[in-house]
Amino acid sequence: MLFESSSFLKGMMLGSIFCALVTMLGHIRIGHENITHHEHHHLQALSKEDFLKISEAERVELVKSIRVYCMILVKPKDVGRWAAVKDTWTKHCDKVEFFCTESIKVFESINLETNDMWTLMRKAYKYAYDKYKDEYNWFFLARPTTFAVIENLKFFLLKRDATQPFYIGHTVKSGELEYVDVEGGIVLSIESLKRLNGLLSDPEKCPEQGGMIWKVSEDKQLAVCLKYSGVFAENAEDSEGKDVFNTKSVGFLIKEAMSNNPQQVVEGCCSDMAVTFNDLAPNQMHVMMYGVYRLRAYGHTFNDALVFLPPNGSDND
Amino acid sequence: MLGKLGPHGHRFLGLWLRRGAVCTFFSPRGPGVCDEPPVPAEGRPQEMASKSLPSLLTFLCGSVVGFFLCYQILHILLEKPAETQPHIIHNDPHARHAEDSAHGHLEGQMDFGADISQHRDEDKHVAEELYHRVRVLCWVMTGPQNLEKKARHVKATWGRRCNRLLFMSSEENKDFPTVGLDAREGRDQLYWKTIRAFQYVYEHHPDEADWFMKADDDTYVVLDNLRWLLARHDPAKPIYFGRRFKPYVKQGYMSGGAGYVLSREALRRFVEAFRTNRCSHSSSVEDLALGKCMEAIGVEAGDSRDPSGKETFHPFVPEHHLIKGYLPKTFWYWNYNYYPPVEGPGCCSDLAVSFHYVDSTTMYQLEYLVHHLRPYGYSYRYQPALPEAPAKQASEADRKEGPQEKSGNR
Repeated sequence: MLFESSSFLKGMMLGSIFCALVTMLGHIRIGHENITHHEHHHLQALSKEDFLKISEAERVELVKSIRVYCMILVKPKDVGRWAAVKDTWTKHCDKVEFFCTESIKVFESINLETNDMWTLMRKAYKYAYDKYKDEYNWFFLARPTTFAVIENLKFFLLKRDATQPFYIGHTVKSGELEYVDVEGGIVLSIESLKRLNGLLSDPEKCPEQGGMIWKVSEDKQLAVCLKYSGVFAENAEDSEGKDVFNTKSVGFLIKEAMSNNPQQVVEGCCSDMAVTFNDLAPNQMHVMMYGVYRLRAYGHTFNDALVFLPPNGSDND
Repeated sequence: MLGKLGPHGHRFLGLWLRRGAVCTFFSPRGPGVCDEPPVPAEGRPQEMASKSLPSLLTFLCGSVVGFFLCYQILHILLEKPAETQPHIIHNDPHARHAEDSAHGHLEGQMDFGADISQHRDEDKHVAEELYHRVRVLCWVMTGPQNLEKKARHVKATWGRRCNRLLFMSSEENKDFPTVGLDAREGRDQLYWKTIRAFQYVYEHHPDEADWFMKADDDTYVVLDNLRWLLARHDPAKPIYFGRRFKPYVKQGYMSGGAGYVLSREALRRFVEAFRTNRCSHSSSVEDLALGKCMEAIGVEAGDSRDPSGKETFHPFVPEHHLIKGYLPKTFWYWNYNYYPPVEGPGCCSDLAVSFHYVDSTTMYQLEYLVHHLRPYGYSYRYQPALPEAPAKQASEADRKEGPQEKSGNR
């Protein structure tokens, strides 16, 4: 008896050690990813001077020409965040649709009947392409924990040709693969979506089940698929090199920057033209809405080349 | 008897016991029958081979269980919940800055203004004009134990925008710098500190400003919006502004934490009132006592709401006001507010002046949201009118909403 329990215990110990090792290795790899962060493709916002040179009529046309379709992937447990997202920043998308793993009575959403996030993503992209390929030229996918400033997204995308394969966001390098982190939001041009759609039916290049032992996250799988069709991830930055797509909240980024440099004065954590922040609770979505679209300092105006009007029937922006 | 066995003997005994257990359970001829004699130590590998299958099974079983358990535990430990703000509800309208929670003290500072290129095409001339026309002296109530934890972040953020910034403490500190008042720290000393602070300001900086703002070291103030609010009022008039509360004082009084601002004349009268003993020095409730004194000396409690009727001074952080149901209906706040209190988007003016109970992270977050992050090209719904000179009487010109406001709402 003693012998059996001791071998059982030995087995347990070995199993736990193995598991801990594998998890740690996974985390270390992520740590390395952060270090090599700068080694990938960068995409900078165009300078504001570029826009000032064009005529008034051209500017209006430019605003109209960029149409963003927002896609939010949700699970039933995300109902609270869903409500907040629906009531806040998504009102500034040209169109927003929510894709859910199952049918939920409380909210209007497209039920894609799957519990797997990668399958959900594939189906959502396929649906978006089939239905809207002629209506929108940019496709923005986000989590319900993300807050996005669509006007800054549009500003970033202006003068970029949507018939080119763009795949933009907050990029991360994992080994040889560079992918856009879904936590910061994923932007695809219509051309990228078209190419993706072409590959979705190819089980070799774009399999439905990516990983063998460990589940590969859906954003990595997307990157693999896109890579096959010649679409590569690009990290979006402002003119100072600051990320505009953020995978964390403002508060987190502030704390992180300051705790990394205690007793020092650090420069501001975040871009003035930031597009996304993530890891926000529903209440914080409302605070961001007020903070971005309403709260401001009197007496400061900007010579913006373009005008975006507030949406109809909204009272919190 | 066991002692006489010696070390080898123990080993044999152990082996035998183990062997005995195994052969008791797993002998092919049924339990209880043991046909193999005990073997010496060299026979071990042979022994192990015969027991290998069951022990291997238990070993594998154990490793699977161990792995699974460990995975679950790690998964739970490593799952990062979405960041939640601490839920602070301050139960007493006059209680301020209770025990500091030890967590969340930011070290160092963040300077959002360090990167000026983001503001290259910013036109600040209206704000700059107001800076010179509506001069504000800010004094911040703090204490020796809060200089590094709180006051420093005020200095790094909104404090810079005052025409003159002073930190008031019970102790002088030449390095920070802080003014040393003849007072002690503590909630019951707040009113006395306030009186001493205003006396100090009146004595040392009377001509430097038109308006005198008092704030706490956990108040965030938007100076540009304060100046816009004050621009249409005459500093020679005895008036003061803040978040107006209605109990106890007929004309109402201003919440201490949300900050309040006195006109030059109000300051003069206030300081004079203590010299002539018109107002009492003793009170443990600073804002109420000040409000009573103001009423007694004929200083008007002004309406600080914006032309669309929204409050500008806030006794809490934005979240507490913006989220419907955050403050329970039984909360004192609902009965204290002079004007009908609103929760949800109507709570707060676009041109808010102050928020209170702001921790150090939120200080920088507000700095970023107010002065930096903005939606490019966005045409704001609420377009405030340029403030008129105070010589004009308060008329419908003040109340009218900006000409560019979009139709169809409110």
